[in-house]
Amino acid sequence: MSTASRVAWINDSYTKMTKYNFFSRVNWGRFSVVAVPYLWLAIFFFIPFVVVFKISLSEAAIAVPPYSSVLDWNLEEAYITVKISLSNYLFLLEDDFYVSAYLSSIKVAAISTFFTLLVAFPIAYLMARTEGSTRALLLALVILPFWTSFLLRVYAWMGLLKKNGLINETLMSMGLIDQPLVMMQTDFAVYIGIVYTYLPFMVLPLYSALEKMDMTLLEAAEDLGARPYQSFFLVTLPMAMPGVIAGCLLVFIPAVGEFVIPALLGGSDTLMIGRVLWDEFFLNRDWPMASAVAVVMLIILVLPIMLIRNGQGKEGAA
Amino acid sequence: MKRRSLFLNMSAGFGFLFLYAPIIALIIYSFNASKLVTVWGGWSLKWYAELFKNDQIIDAALLSFKIAFITATLAVVLGTMAGFVLSRFGPFKGKMVLSGWISAPLVMPEVITGLSLLLLFVAMEGMFGWPAGRGTGTIIIAHTTFCMAYVAVIVQARLSSMDESLEEAAMDLGAKPSSLFFLITLPLISPAIISGWLLSFTLSLDDLVIASFVSGPGNSTLPMVIFSKVRLGVTPEVNALATLMILVVAIGVIGAMYQMRRQARLLAQPEN
Repeated sequence: MSTASRVAWINDSYTKMTKYNFFSRVNWGRFSVVAVPYLWLAIFFFIPFVVVFKISLSEAAIAVPPYSSVLDWNLEEAYITVKISLSNYLFLLEDDFYVSAYLSSIKVAAISTFFTLLVAFPIAYLMARTEGSTRALLLALVILPFWTSFLLRVYAWMGLLKKNGLINETLMSMGLIDQPLVMMQTDFAVYIGIVYTYLPFMVLPLYSALEKMDMTLLEAAEDLGARPYQSFFLVTLPMAMPGVIAGCLLVFIPAVGEFVIPALLGGSDTLMIGRVLWDEFFLNRDWPMASAVAVVMLIILVLPIMLIRNGQGKEGAA
Repeated sequence: MKRRSLFLNMSAGFGFLFLYAPIIALIIYSFNASKLVTVWGGWSLKWYAELFKNDQIIDAALLSFKIAFITATLAVVLGTMAGFVLSRFGPFKGKMVLSGWISAPLVMPEVITGLSLLLLFVAMEGMFGWPAGRGTGTIIIAHTTFCMAYVAVIVQARLSSMDESLEEAAMDLGAKPSSLFFLITLPLISPAIISGWLLSFTLSLDDLVIASFVSGPGNSTLPMVIFSKVRLGVTPEVNALATLMILVVAIGVIGAMYQMRRQARLLAQPEN
């Protein structure tokens, strides 16, 4: 029996067994195994979005909690009032600050994603072309930083990039520059930070796509007279495309809402929406506005998130 | 052909250098005697001594370890259930919704998750009086929610790549679903469960953004303390702390990988 048909058979058997049980008695075992994670995610993942949406339609108020109520009801006097305010969304659209924050987040995330792809591709390609223990070692080297603290890895770059940091000191002692380069608190530092911290998310999907590639295709291309760059663009890249798309989405989506990297490495003019939301909440204490910022960010990201889900569905079916 | 592989090796080598140079620089500078982070003043363990005298950091570290331990344990239970349901229960009503809820937290920007959970906790407190105030409990709930998604994905991957002949044999021999799961499936997916636990532990230990939203006054986790320190600049104490954390994680991960490879070799059966 092939693996796929065995999987189908075993799934079927679990279903049959439980179906049989269902007629003899309600299968509480099966029911609760489904219900417990379902309920947890419904309460702590899905409903929070409904709450955010509701609060984004309210107005900021000096109260505890600091927003006006959207829904008011009184059972004795039998009335329900719904007070919806779109002022937060109107303000988002009118004020250039928010629009440019969204645009610049998308720009920063897109540029960083592209550079992450550039750095990750050779690593993934090398891993796919080596064998045995070398491959295992390279894989471990890629995964290891992923396990160490994200915050501390961003922090490590502060020591390298700052004015009297390691890079400037080294370049100056070598006589390559006489003035320290300004790297900290620039968009450049933010790009570095994102590429660095999200690199494993790009390497792993690329590697799993390239690993499946039939290397004899490259030999065939070469025999037919393709130059290396031609066989790269005409054979390797199309074969790696599912990995490229998955990797880019895995980097792009969280990078749009990134807070820690722009807060530590970026300057005051590095406008990113994750930071705007943070300040709106923690500094201005404007919960409805922060909610509206979150809802719009979610709307922007819904499409890429759905793309990831579809990709997974297809892989599961194959 | 030769030239291309040189180009490949060099660019991949650059990638690995990029990955490891900052970490290595950080480790070396944690042993620097000078207070000026960039001036080398000779080798010293001074900053490690300072670190252990800093009560704020020690308290925050203990709180973070406690939260990470409980989170990882809860996430493993819930995540294994979800992963098992998704890959072994066949089709059922609402399966698509569940798999969507499982994969979305993996890419959701942390600021959105943090804000939405905080607003939920505040709304729930207003309606039911629970959770009363925010602190360790709310951080654990928030962390469990995104960690269980990672566990579910790992468990699901392990289940779908696993050889089912042992499960088939147990079913042929008349095992009930519960004993089939606990006696056969669970031991087989234990490597996935262990790595899921470890991953949840490190993710929880590392989280700054979500914890900042859902924690209450007086409940500063380690990342929150580190963040408030490094926002003002590079500090040698944090270098020492980072080195310790990186070493512990590296030893743990290498040990776990070695153990898993050994176990995989023991379990490996010839494909028929």
